Amino acid sequence: MEFIRGTHINFMGVRRIAYVVSIIFVALSLGSIALRGLNYGVDFAGGTLLQFRFPREVTTEELRATLGTMGLEKSVIQRFSPTEVVIRTPKLSQEDQNRLAALLKEKFGSAELLRIEDVGPAVGADLRRMGIVALLGAIGGILVYVAFRFEFRPAVTSILALAHDGLFVVGVVSLLQKEFTIPILAAVLTVLGYSINDSIVVMDRVRENLVGKKRSEDLEEIVNRSINEVLSRTINTALTTALPVLALYFFGGKMLQDFALAILVGLVVGTYSSIFVVSALWVDWEKRRPRRR
Amino acid sequence: MKRRFLPWRFLVVLGLIVISLFVVFPIQDRIRLGLDLKGGSHILLECVDTPEAPVDEDAVRRVVEIIRNRIDQLGVAEPVIARQGERRVLVQLPGVTDPQRAVEIIGKTALLEFKDETGKTLLTGAHLKNAQVQFDRLGRPVVAISFDSEGAKLFAQATTANVGKPLGIYLDGKLISNPIVQEPIPGGEAQITGRFTLEEAQNLAILLRAGALPVKVEVIENRSVEPTLGRDSVRAGLRAAVLGVILVLAFMVLYYGAFGLLADLALLCFVLFFFAVFIGLRATLTLPGIAGFVLTVGMAVDANVLIFERIKEEFRAGKTWRASIEAGFQKAFRTILDANLTTLIAAVLLFSLGSGPIKGFGVTLSLGILCSMFTGVWVSRVFVDLFADRLKMRA
Repeated sequence: MEFIRGTHINFMGVRRIAYVVSIIFVALSLGSIALRGLNYGVDFAGGTLLQFRFPREVTTEELRATLGTMGLEKSVIQRFSPTEVVIRTPKLSQEDQNRLAALLKEKFGSAELLRIEDVGPAVGADLRRMGIVALLGAIGGILVYVAFRFEFRPAVTSILALAHDGLFVVGVVSLLQKEFTIPILAAVLTVLGYSINDSIVVMDRVRENLVGKKRSEDLEEIVNRSINEVLSRTINTALTTALPVLALYFFGGKMLQDFALAILVGLVVGTYSSIFVVSALWVDWEKRRPRRR
Repeated sequence: MKRRFLPWRFLVVLGLIVISLFVVFPIQDRIRLGLDLKGGSHILLECVDTPEAPVDEDAVRRVVEIIRNRIDQLGVAEPVIARQGERRVLVQLPGVTDPQRAVEIIGKTALLEFKDETGKTLLTGAHLKNAQVQFDRLGRPVVAISFDSEGAKLFAQATTANVGKPLGIYLDGKLISNPIVQEPIPGGEAQITGRFTLEEAQNLAILLRAGALPVKVEVIENRSVEPTLGRDSVRAGLRAAVLGVILVLAFMVLYYGAFGLLADLALLCFVLFFFAVFIGLRATLTLPGIAGFVLTVGMAVDANVLIFERIKEEFRAGKTWRASIEAGFQKAFRTILDANLTTLIAAVLLFSLGSGPIKGFGVTLSLGILCSMFTGVWVSRVFVDLFADRLKMRA
């Protein structure tokens, strides 16, 4: 079986369209982050998350009514399974948590408390700080790595692609109003690593082909040839990584679903950007201000 | 040159497989599961200042001691009680099924006071010797307490002075019982009756026995998972991991034929070695950790994809099979190193995200990357060399 063999796709020919697509994506992401914001989970925002199991199916309205008697009708209610429900409230004191559990037990016969995530404001602030440190550290580490590994121009375009991919993943999380939790942050970091790795593979090949270039070939042709040469690797790697993540998304249980989704989005956009952001921007840069070789 | 050592290299792989099998199995006894998978509570407490009791070094140390006493009485296997920073205490209780009760018992100050009608404190729980649940004549649970000699003296004085009047019993400033003193009680023994449920009485007895905390503590973080929910997570994670591995195995065979089969052997070695090292390091598997493992399964074969694609290219360019294989492994190595290092940078930084379960993601991802470089490059080379003469890949 072989999907890709000796392709001659003119990627660089459509790069202007890709720029428009990328700009729209980034604008949408930024717009969503600015307007809809990020739906921070209890890790970062602080608050209380309680997961209950009831003996029967309980409607959201019933629950909201019961929560209302404690002034908690504005809580976020998520269905985990037909009989299991996740309730997210602002930080509840220990007494209020007990009261809520007792109230639900009384109302629905039984209310088994399956999970508590209770994060106070101080810890939430700590986790936010650590999250930012991890993110900046990852970006810093990758920058240092890229500086050693690449020439200046491909380094810059790779980093632009990195920002593009990171923003896109966060944008999708914001647009779908998925909870921004520590696992999602971990997914974003992983995507950043993947994005750079893909850029390196493509740009390495470009460099290799520049050395042994044919006389008649221009820059676009060389880049096209390079991308086509590594295309089956690019796609196979994306596929072999995506297959287990898809298994995680569909069969790994509800708790890992958003994480898997973020990784999948990142895989797609990371693969796309190595071709249409990293290489394409580099081509335009080199064409406008050619560097002596 | 590489082929000369082939028998030895093959023996090394076999040896590693045998050792790993011994380390890994039976896996359910060997692998340590995090609280999010086996169920349990992760509770972070912070000592806070109050006007009556400011926090100092000694107070925090005593808090740790007293919490340890309380947990010992709860009968939790392998609890962790550790001080974190200046004022925080981390408590981890594996397998706890009733996290709310645990929090109740850990977080309460449990200051017992006996006050007269005017609100003057006559005696505190500091003079307590023992506390036990008993039942009164109606079968209701009560907490029987006994005082040390100093306490007995104070209690005798208090009861003598207040005959016919109420003597309030307060826990953390809350009135729990307000009995009328019938006659002076000299023996240093008393009962607290307060319309308790059995569990409340048991909790109170535990708290009184372990002593009151010298300062107020607050629960600033509580992550608890009920054991059955943890088991569900393990099952789902396992299902995804097994399915993920099968999908990747199938993909490689379908796409690369015989070479794919060799990559599959290397992937199976990866899974085995990964868990051997994981168990060897006594690392803890968490739910995000499972996600990290699943992710590395896909990335583990990336090395082989890179190598095989390169071999194809070299062969198409006119080299012999032998030479193509040699060149494929050699030329792909730089890219493999790059690919893994960049992900490793991201993975290692996840360690900085504290002690939470997400650290498990960083651990499995980092370990998976290191392990997969070994199996993807070195182990798969051994397999390819073994069968090199019989192999043909459509190029």
